[in-house]
Amino acid sequence: MPNMSMTKVPMPEQEPDVRNKNFEEVATGYTKEMAIEEATRCLNCKHKPCVSGCPVNVPIPEFIEAVVAGDFDKAYEVITSENALPAICGRVCPQENQCEGKCVRGIKGESVSIGRLERFVADYHMAQGIKSNPDIKKNGIRVAVVGSGPAGITCAGELAKKGYDVTIFEALHKAGGVLSYGIPEFRLPKSLVAKELENVTDLGVTIETNVVVGRSITVDELFEKGFKAVFLGTGAGLPNFLRIPGENLLGVYSANEFLTRVNLMKGYKKGEVPTPVKVGKNVAVVGAGNVAMDAARTAKRLGAENVYIIYRRSEEEIPARAEEVEHAKEEGVIFKLLNNPAKIIGEDGWVKGIEVIKQQLGEPDASGRRRPEPIEGSNYVIDVETVVIAIGQSPNPLIRQTTEGLETEKWGGIIVNEETNESTRKNVYAGGDAVTGAATVILAMGAGKKAAKAIDESFQND
Amino acid sequence: MYKIVKKEVLNRDVILLEVEAPYVSARCEAGQFVIVRMGEDGERIPLTIADFDREKNTVTVVIQMIGYSTKLMGKLEEGDYFDDFVGPLGQPAPLDEKWERVVGVAGGLGAAPLYPQLRKLAEMGVKVDVIIGGRSAEYVIFADKFREFCDNVYIMTDDGSLGDKGFGVDKLKELVANGEKYDHAIAIGPLIMMKFVVLATKEMNLPTAVSLNPIMIDGTGMCGGCRVTVGGETKFACVDGPDFDGFLVDFDECIKRQAFFKEEEHECMMKIGE
Repeated sequence: MPNMSMTKVPMPEQEPDVRNKNFEEVATGYTKEMAIEEATRCLNCKHKPCVSGCPVNVPIPEFIEAVVAGDFDKAYEVITSENALPAICGRVCPQENQCEGKCVRGIKGESVSIGRLERFVADYHMAQGIKSNPDIKKNGIRVAVVGSGPAGITCAGELAKKGYDVTIFEALHKAGGVLSYGIPEFRLPKSLVAKELENVTDLGVTIETNVVVGRSITVDELFEKGFKAVFLGTGAGLPNFLRIPGENLLGVYSANEFLTRVNLMKGYKKGEVPTPVKVGKNVAVVGAGNVAMDAARTAKRLGAENVYIIYRRSEEEIPARAEEVEHAKEEGVIFKLLNNPAKIIGEDGWVKGIEVIKQQLGEPDASGRRRPEPIEGSNYVIDVETVVIAIGQSPNPLIRQTTEGLETEKWGGIIVNEETNESTRKNVYAGGDAVTGAATVILAMGAGKKAAKAIDESFQND
Repeated sequence: MYKIVKKEVLNRDVILLEVEAPYVSARCEAGQFVIVRMGEDGERIPLTIADFDREKNTVTVVIQMIGYSTKLMGKLEEGDYFDDFVGPLGQPAPLDEKWERVVGVAGGLGAAPLYPQLRKLAEMGVKVDVIIGGRSAEYVIFADKFREFCDNVYIMTDDGSLGDKGFGVDKLKELVANGEKYDHAIAIGPLIMMKFVVLATKEMNLPTAVSLNPIMIDGTGMCGGCRVTVGGETKFACVDGPDFDGFLVDFDECIKRQAFFKEEEHECMMKIGE
């Protein structure tokens, strides 16, 4: 008989007033007992709607069944048959729009907490320190993967399992892409990212850091060096700015710069590391996606007293994960919705405030969301010393500029065949944010996986 | 790991390091830069390339030991390693073989990045002169290297301890007033020096390229910290530069942005007892 509780087993979390002053993980994770209790809420539906909501098709009811039985090793095996990075996905996937959004239990009450269970299983496995020694038969075919973010590492891991000799090229000094430079420690501990990466290198994948493909070496040179296929998982690293007056004042950061200083360069260890980050007492974060929430919550933790999210649409259109918005509010982030920045005001070169115009929602726009329209004369100034622009990122142009025959959309996204993720250049595949523009970790992983399958098939047919 | 195969102390503030970096040496061109890092949590420091040897797989950088991280780098010796050394980054300098005669103006450390640009021009058959400025004799670097291919090497020092007394821009004005003809100038040095060179060359109607080295993290277009206004548009020095048309650069903004982390840098420096 399933557990008919209408609500999820609550996630143990640090208290908001405690956690908004530290960089430890916010949610501390289910215990075995909590996991089993939550798992018994699953109805084990025959038609498995949750699986259809998962971009990488994890056999969700099967792994939950193993959790109910207390067989966490089996649960891990089931998840990793389809998902190479469960500890990460359990934490950062927007489950409410994916698996959990399709869960039958969510029709009346809350869905089964699939994400928390996935996280529990992955963490349990990691804590045991079990290393699998897969017996892989090498086929000697070399594949280059560009970028070590979610798309790249998934593609590399899948290909390595099939016997390919894979090298990942990473531009930064540390692997992980957005998992390392973007998502903060309190949401995704870097020790955990390191362990997931280790799982990939244990499969025989080589990671070469400090190689900027497009600058240090070109795609054509990779082929000349003997790589038979190239996967571009270069992400969307180019920050968009608002193009309003005052954006070059001191105190204005792109979210990329702000988060990279704190995460990759460990700026949160103030006084212990040489890379500085200046935050001030009052901070405005423009945008309301996951990156904006990360920036706002980071600013709070760095000691800012008032942190504002400035968003031109309303609560309903906020693109961030529900949990991040909730956490941000609990931690004291102030939401200024239906407010659009008009200009950043400076004094002697430094930010002093941000002038915003109140908005009202009109008819739906091209995105299907109601278009925000300015209310004339409603301008006012919010006093801040720091402005973080978190309105999205575009794909980096370095590779498209140096690779002939690689076609891209006007906004920079690499054009691929939807079935195979192959680009307009033969044997050059692409996936993740480099193709879609800034999206989610799990969609990037799905693309990496699809490309790996297509790459493998192309060599089977040769 | 990137091995330091040669170290030269150029003066009390400046060292030259030749580093094994095959990816960079294979593809780099004059005007491009690298980012170097040392230590587990080390800062990423952008340095314009001063020389390279495609046979030996080495790249030469010149470091002014002015901040916390560069002072630590000053302690590196031959046989030591950089943890990270990535590049080449940025665009190669836009050098044109149609130019007939070019004058380079270097301020202090700027002589190092200017060197490969003028050498390349000389190889392309362009006549080159250089004006090297420094606070005093000891801060004038690379003069002998420039003599290998420059028709004229002019030295200027603030105190007159070597060459003529005055700034590089004074020499340039004097040369042009005396009828020397140049069709292009390249000025590399402190922002304030480039600003004054450009003020002068604007009046002479002498097109001038400058090389910027603003605060940045990744050097690949990701952070946007190196924003600079050029001709009214925002550019990223790391991917659109580092060389720009000096007539269009908003130097006052650059100078302000350079001071963003001055306070934090000071706190950091106190830890190494400076």
